[in-house]
Amino acid sequence: MALLSALAAQLLHITLMLLAAPLVVGVTRWLKARLMGRRGASPLQPLRDWAKLLRKRPVLAENASVISEAAPYAGFAACLLAIALVPSFAQGMALAPLGDLVLLAGLLTVARVALALAGMDVGTAFGGLGAAREMSFAAFAEPALLLCVLTFAILAGTTNLDAVAVAMRDGGLGLRVSLALAAVAMLAVAVAENARIPVDNPATHLELTMVHEAMLLESSGRHLALWEAQSALRLTLWLALLLAVFLPFGTAPAGSGPLAWVAGLLAWLLKMGALCLALAVFESAVAKMRVFRVPEFLGAALLLALLAVALLFVSTGLA
Amino acid sequence: MLTALALGITVLVMLAIAAVPLGRHSHGGAIIHGGCLLATLFLAGLALAALLAGPPETVMALPFGPPWGPALLALDGLSAWFLLLLGLIGAAASLYAIGAGPGPARALPPYPLFLAGMALTLAAADAFLLLLGFELMSLASWALVAQDHREAENRAAARLYLIFALLAGACLVPAFGLLAGQAGGLDFATLRAAPPDGWLAGAVLALGLVGAGAKAGLVPLHAWLPLAHPAAPSHVSALMSGAMTKIALYVLARLLLDLCGPAQPSWWGVPLLAVGAASALLGALRANMEDDIKTLLACSTIENLGFITMALGLALAFRGADLGPLAVLAAAAALLHALNHGVFKTLLFLAAGAITHGAGSRRLDRLGGLIHVMPVTALAALVGVAAAASLPPLSGFAGEWLLLQALLAGWKVADIAFQVVAAAATALAAMAAALAAAAMVRLYGLVFLGRPRSPRGAGAREVTAIERWSLLLPAGLTVLFGLFPGLLVQLAAPVLQLLTSAAVRPPASVLALTTAEGASAYYPLAVALLLGLALAALVLLVRRRSPGATQRGPVWNCGFIDPPAHLPFGDPLTQPTAGGIAQPLRRMLGGALLAAREQVEMPSPGDPRPARYEASFRDPSEPLLLAPLARLRDDITTQAERLRAFTIRRNLSLGFGLLVGLLVLLAWLEAR
Amino acid sequence: MRPRHAGGVPSARCAWGHGELTFGQLPYDVAHLLGGGMLLLSFMLLYQRRIAAVINALAMQGAILAAAAAWQGFVQAAPQLYLTALIALAAKAVLIPLALRLAIRRLDLHRAAETALGIGPSLMAGVALVALAILVVLPITAGAHAIAREDMALALSVVLLGMLMMITRRNAILQVVGLMSMENGLILAAVGVTGMPLVVELSTAALVMVLLVVAGVFVFQIRERFDTVDIGLVEPHRGEQP
Repeated sequence: MALLSALAAQLLHITLMLLAAPLVVGVTRWLKARLMGRRGASPLQPLRDWAKLLRKRPVLAENASVISEAAPYAGFAACLLAIALVPSFAQGMALAPLGDLVLLAGLLTVARVALALAGMDVGTAFGGLGAAREMSFAAFAEPALLLCVLTFAILAGTTNLDAVAVAMRDGGLGLRVSLALAAVAMLAVAVAENARIPVDNPATHLELTMVHEAMLLESSGRHLALWEAQSALRLTLWLALLLAVFLPFGTAPAGSGPLAWVAGLLAWLLKMGALCLALAVFESAVAKMRVFRVPEFLGAALLLALLAVALLFVSTGLA
Repeated sequence: MLTALALGITVLVMLAIAAVPLGRHSHGGAIIHGGCLLATLFLAGLALAALLAGPPETVMALPFGPPWGPALLALDGLSAWFLLLLGLIGAAASLYAIGAGPGPARALPPYPLFLAGMALTLAAADAFLLLLGFELMSLASWALVAQDHREAENRAAARLYLIFALLAGACLVPAFGLLAGQAGGLDFATLRAAPPDGWLAGAVLALGLVGAGAKAGLVPLHAWLPLAHPAAPSHVSALMSGAMTKIALYVLARLLLDLCGPAQPSWWGVPLLAVGAASALLGALRANMEDDIKTLLACSTIENLGFITMALGLALAFRGADLGPLAVLAAAAALLHALNHGVFKTLLFLAAGAITHGAGSRRLDRLGGLIHVMPVTALAALVGVAAAASLPPLSGFAGEWLLLQALLAGWKVADIAFQVVAAAATALAAMAAALAAAAMVRLYGLVFLGRPRSPRGAGAREVTAIERWSLLLPAGLTVLFGLFPGLLVQLAAPVLQLLTSAAVRPPASVLALTTAEGASAYYPLAVALLLGLALAALVLLVRRRSPGATQRGPVWNCGFIDPPAHLPFGDPLTQPTAGGIAQPLRRMLGGALLAAREQVEMPSPGDPRPARYEASFRDPSEPLLLAPLARLRDDITTQAERLRAFTIRRNLSLGFGLLVGLLVLLAWLEAR
Repeated sequence: MRPRHAGGVPSARCAWGHGELTFGQLPYDVAHLLGGGMLLLSFMLLYQRRIAAVINALAMQGAILAAAAAWQGFVQAAPQLYLTALIALAAKAVLIPLALRLAIRRLDLHRAAETALGIGPSLMAGVALVALAILVVLPITAGAHAIAREDMALALSVVLLGMLMMITRRNAILQVVGLMSMENGLILAAVGVTGMPLVVELSTAALVMVLLVVAGVFVFQIRERFDTVDIGLVEPHRGEQP
């Protein structure tokens, strides 16, 4: 019975995430448009775009290899598995034992490598440029993320995401400076990993300033739809991860019934909406930075995470 | 079993002798390499049997040896684990060598000798035989590096390699000598019974680290590695990178974790951790700058050896702090990553050989688009590249997962200095892993994707069937080891016990790797199945909604105009180059760590010269280590030159003084 | 039944043994978090390149300082701290930033800040200084409460980062900002200690106001004389040279 309930929660969670992904992107875009005084497209617009793209016949470059065709699927599958591991409305889902934070980072690397290889497949200048920059940024984002994971591992005693979320919710950890610093570091990593302002502009059409979009220039039809959907999924994943670790309040505990799930779902939707609003406000308020300032931005995140860990050592070593 | 082991090594030596007359024969290469293939497979089988059935307890005395006693041969868990690694890599490399066709005749005899030296180092049960095997391995591999000696850079590489090999020997002999002098015997049992302490232990640690580190190519003693590996033929590079450097780490583990006893303090791990982290970062960063495939792979080897050394250091530190389960976790990370790296790096070096063979160049800027003409090589290389980029669920990720879990538990050592070191090492390891992923994407993207960059590259063709199989077999092993790392760690259980002296269950079940307390786990098979499931569902779903066929059209490239008709593959210059892909990391990290520079030389208007852009970097070990040493050597030579001006009487007095000095030493020693 | 994970928090906390004043108690948590926020903003000051953004961060730091003082007043039931909070809010979060902004406009300084040390190295130096502060404070305050010790470490870090900012920035305005941030750290340390008389704080604040005025006059003087506020260009005019 417990297994069935965990399985049901898992399936519901995956469905929720698949539904939430286009909405998160759509709502953020809509909010940004409103903040800038425009009417903005409907929050459902990403869904419509993808449906349209799916129906179109993809055009591949003459020298495109099988990588161009396979990479969108591989990247999406890795993202889908990763997002299935991040708890949303309930804890103790069927895949929770798999949900290791290091594995999560690995799966996101799979998606990133797939995207970079697809960008280099045709041998165009923009694809190579985007791939090189994307992989280079990861060299700074990854250690910052791992140090945040170290903070959680010290506080919760494990790197299992579900257990970390449980510890954060009812471990009585209190408000800690380390956690605040780790949260800032993780936000910076999330911004960089999702190619949002100020690291990259998700809406740009100016080739020289883009990183993420530069790798998708040769994709069309279903491949483009898959890439777009994957990037929406990744944004949802990071927001859900931030919620699960830093704001786990209201989430239904493991083994609880559908009523708690509904409460958890409502709480999650509320938190997600607030986070989308915060993202939209932040993106409207800041400007995109030069590409070679990004290492400084992520390096600062890395140092903050290191500081968080060091402060944690101090407070654990006090006795 | 020991008799069989001795037989295997003897067969390899016999093959080396037979290679001298057979070298001129047209099928000589195939016969010798075939023999090596069988012998290495036999050794691998032997090692597997020893690991499965428990290693033999006995020690075999050989009928020869140093004047004071017979040489001893044994096979315990640690030797068996590395022998398995050597067998697998040797088999793949020998198979490739059969397919690649005969090289020069003089390169044939050292090859079996190289294998025999490595096997002898592993099988030795006393310090004399171990050092004998180690030096045999060094000299045979030197002969292989120097085989193409007509090119000046190969000669320079071989010379540098010989210097570092001599340094390794010169440090390891006194390290074992100090141990033996105190224990009163050379065999491992006697050495183990009398663990060193005080300054002696510190000296053994320093000498062992320098000696094994010079042979393994750990920073700052790595200068030879990116030069020597490309100079050797590809199957030898694979052996050197996959097996020989691991043998050096085997000696390090044998010396520091086994022979020095379990009572060494916790800080012993710190030098290993620091050296490992520096190697990982520098190797991974350099791999992003190099534009020769084999040099790039050699730098990636430095990075992975750094990871293994970090794991060994953590094992030492945890053992010293009485954290048995964590020590086992770290040691498991070292063993698993050693095996996995050996296999996937062999695959990648053999793929580099296949590329050189099929497309005629090793330079990234002369290749491109090979996935169309070399599909099998491209597939095998994709597996290797993905493993080297540590992507789940392949084998590279499994070892790294264990290593990161061990690093993330570093705070449990109750010493704030070590905690901070471990946290910094965690960040460096993560950065090195991300840099490795970037280097591997760069390698694959430039070599196999895009368009050909040279006419020779455009006319590339797939390699022979034997070469393809020699690539596909390690590729299959990489996938298999990636899916069942838990089985491998369980197989290594006796080794873990030997290394950490802790009777703890290995951190693994059949399907999973776990952390020390089992609080978190990694299930590679489940991950692979779920990924497959997601992929299948996705393909079905998308294919139902989307038109089946794709259409081919010219490259969009933001509306960049089509190339002229005389350039069927487009203008190669419009593709990103190796230097171009390296640019972001060169600017972000290269300037600080590798003294990377970029120069643009723009002629004034009206000047017909082309504009030039130059990017270069310099390894820090060159100005900081090699140049002062070279100066020191020159100074010493100048001093020594003065001896030649001595008169006969003074020369005689030198010899006389030495004799008297030795006699005084003898008298002093006898008086004690 | 909520499953507690093995090796999770409860056991870990027992092992650390904070005594009676541990995390998870609201008064200390909030005070601690506010101190951490000030440290974070000190890093923001080091990280930002644009002068306007630096001044915004300074204003924010002042506001957090006011909040920290008010919270301490509430926790310690010391009404004089509310006054400190009010002064901090008025002076540091509103007036001084306004004055600085005015100065920027008068001096026409909308450019990026010139740094003597790059952003990356100065951030690394900042982390090293925080580590130093921790190492210094922990042994000295061995008898004090765990949380007070960490707060002292945070306050000292803010002071040191302010000094670092003064050293690594060429622009005179940014040096004033560094000074202000340093003083914020001092006040943070002062409000955290129970029973600190109000006089001390007021005098510190007044002192810094005077310093600020002096610095402001100085900036305008430099500007008039040398047409720049880059102190690197002022160095040769030190008068010691013949």
